[in-house]
Amino acid sequence: MNEAVRKNAILIIRSLALATGLAVLALAPRTLRAQDCLTCHGDSSMTDSNGHSIFVDGKHFGDSIHGSLQCANCHADIKGYPHPDKVAPVDCKTCHADQATQLGGSVHADSKEHPCTSCHGNAHEIFPKTDARSAVYPLNVPKTCGQCHSNNGMAGKHGLASVYPNYIDSIHGFALSKEGLLVAANCQSCHGSHHILSHTDPASPTYKSNIPQTCGNCHAKINDEYQAGVHGQAIAKGDLKAPVCSDCHTAHAILQPTESAFRMQSTPICGNCHKDKFSTYRDTFHSQLGSLGGYVETARCWDCHGAHDVRPTSDPASPVNPANLIATCGRCHAGANASFVKYQPHANARDRKLNPGLYFVRLFMNLLLASVLTFFLLHTILWLIRSRYQQVKTKGDNGGKHA
Amino acid sequence: MPEPQTVNSGPNPGAQEKFYVRFTREQRYMHAVLFTTFLGLAATGLPMRFSESFWARKFATGVGGFGSILFLHKFFAVVLTIAFLIHLKDIFQRAIINREKGIFWGPTSMVANWKDVKDIVGHMRWFLGLGPKPKFDRYAYWEKFDYWAVFWGMIVIGFSGYAMWFAPFFAHFLPGWALNAVLVIHSEEALLAVLFIFSIHFVNTHLRPDSFPMDMVIFTGVESDHEFEEKRTLEYQRNQAQGTLEKKVGIAPPLWLLNFSKVVGFTAIFIGLTLLVLTLTAYFS
Repeated sequence: MNEAVRKNAILIIRSLALATGLAVLALAPRTLRAQDCLTCHGDSSMTDSNGHSIFVDGKHFGDSIHGSLQCANCHADIKGYPHPDKVAPVDCKTCHADQATQLGGSVHADSKEHPCTSCHGNAHEIFPKTDARSAVYPLNVPKTCGQCHSNNGMAGKHGLASVYPNYIDSIHGFALSKEGLLVAANCQSCHGSHHILSHTDPASPTYKSNIPQTCGNCHAKINDEYQAGVHGQAIAKGDLKAPVCSDCHTAHAILQPTESAFRMQSTPICGNCHKDKFSTYRDTFHSQLGSLGGYVETARCWDCHGAHDVRPTSDPASPVNPANLIATCGRCHAGANASFVKYQPHANARDRKLNPGLYFVRLFMNLLLASVLTFFLLHTILWLIRSRYQQVKTKGDNGGKHA
Repeated sequence: MPEPQTVNSGPNPGAQEKFYVRFTREQRYMHAVLFTTFLGLAATGLPMRFSESFWARKFATGVGGFGSILFLHKFFAVVLTIAFLIHLKDIFQRAIINREKGIFWGPTSMVANWKDVKDIVGHMRWFLGLGPKPKFDRYAYWEKFDYWAVFWGMIVIGFSGYAMWFAPFFAHFLPGWALNAVLVIHSEEALLAVLFIFSIHFVNTHLRPDSFPMDMVIFTGVESDHEFEEKRTLEYQRNQAQGTLEKKVGIAPPLWLLNFSKVVGFTAIFIGLTLLVLTLTAYFS
């Protein structure tokens, strides 16, 4: 065999081997690529045998956080084409094991009622939570949770209140929806995301004694003040009767504290515990004018006592400590002096020992009122009867027009 | 101005009746200012006194909100204060400058005297059928009471009101607890005034059978010969005896004045009775 023939033979053998190899490669089973699946599933009219759409938008999927994955990474039971009619549901916890564990211990543990997609949206179009297209992007969270926690929502079936409308009209809701303030509290800022617990669970951030810390995550200075006050200290000692943030501000319908509606609703809240103080407050001009509407200038509890760091009167830092009264009253009453601040905003005119002067003034006024009215009512009634009698007697049947 | 007309009433229908002046134009205006501001003060004060009642907040909103109700209350208070000061000036002028007799004593005075005590007893005896009806002079005891109740009320309510309005200033010479007391005094005395005027004054002066439905004399200034003799017999007889009756003759009230007075008077009575009902519902609920 000469050299030229030998070379040709090698070339032919190599070509054949290549062709065979290509053919083998082409016919052997292999991992499906997303493009292969989209040949069918990219058709927007495609449905399964039940008529449900099984369309996948390839462009959106490609943009999504899972865009670099192949279909079979999640749809693990599909090995090739054609695939069976029934495919197993995707199990997110294959990859997201931590989140699945957290969810499993939460109020949303039931995976039938709360599949991952109920919050994260369309499984093929999941975006990172920093992406405005994500269902869990801060500005979208309230709407996402509101699908269930709203009027006629799923949450109603479990006897839960409709909180979405309250939230969306709150100061947080407005900041979020009107101003797009990403740091404004949305649902998960207080409740968490995967590991949401009932407010009755001591581990929950919305459990009563944890609320100051939860709100304090953003309102740090207010929380410091609160912790210094009598209410914060009582909570810290485990006295759950003391109010936390949500007792005064409510949980979801939180209003701007200078708003009249807030000023109207909050005084009776203090009165729930401080009954005697509320009752004596209601006797005062502060309350009388204040009850007529959100008259911002009349003093409510916190205008004198402070709002977050309510302290005992004996505490020199308390605005109602005797040494601070002129300054405190003077905030509204220009020219307040030492005699002026002897006014008692909680005087009880019914208590003879505590407020003798006031007691006797009230007694005198009541006696005056009662005696004058009693005498003249009696006088007038007798007079009426007598003059009518006289009229009828002297003028005949109907008594005439005038006597 | 229309022709003075005579009004046919009393025992001689068709006869031309004489009318005698009882109140001057200034006194009638004073009464008009008094009842207008009083109604205003009551309408803006009662919602504050009974601010927890169902109508108070609605009413406050109705007059323009929580802010305006206090403003209106103070506005009426200032007008009434000015009227009161003018009245004091009038008394001072009549008594000291003009040396008018009978202002502080005698049958035509507003000041109570022994006859008033006898009249109270006598009137009550008549109510019960135990004696004759007493004859009254220029001002009967219940009219004097009305006057002095308003006079005292004006001082008490006015003083306590201004003490609240300018509390830091009044605190210079009032003890601390007095600042608490002024609200009690103000609201209780005002409540008494409201209850008294809207029930007892209305009935005694306007709605009782002898004057029903309204005593027009405070609006027209004059009353008929018959009414004068019937209601203020002693004054009538004394003027007759002294021959001064003719000096008191005035013109018969024109029809427009009677109609105007009725509209104003009934409006005032209607507002008053409405406020009375609201007050009583709030007081007893």
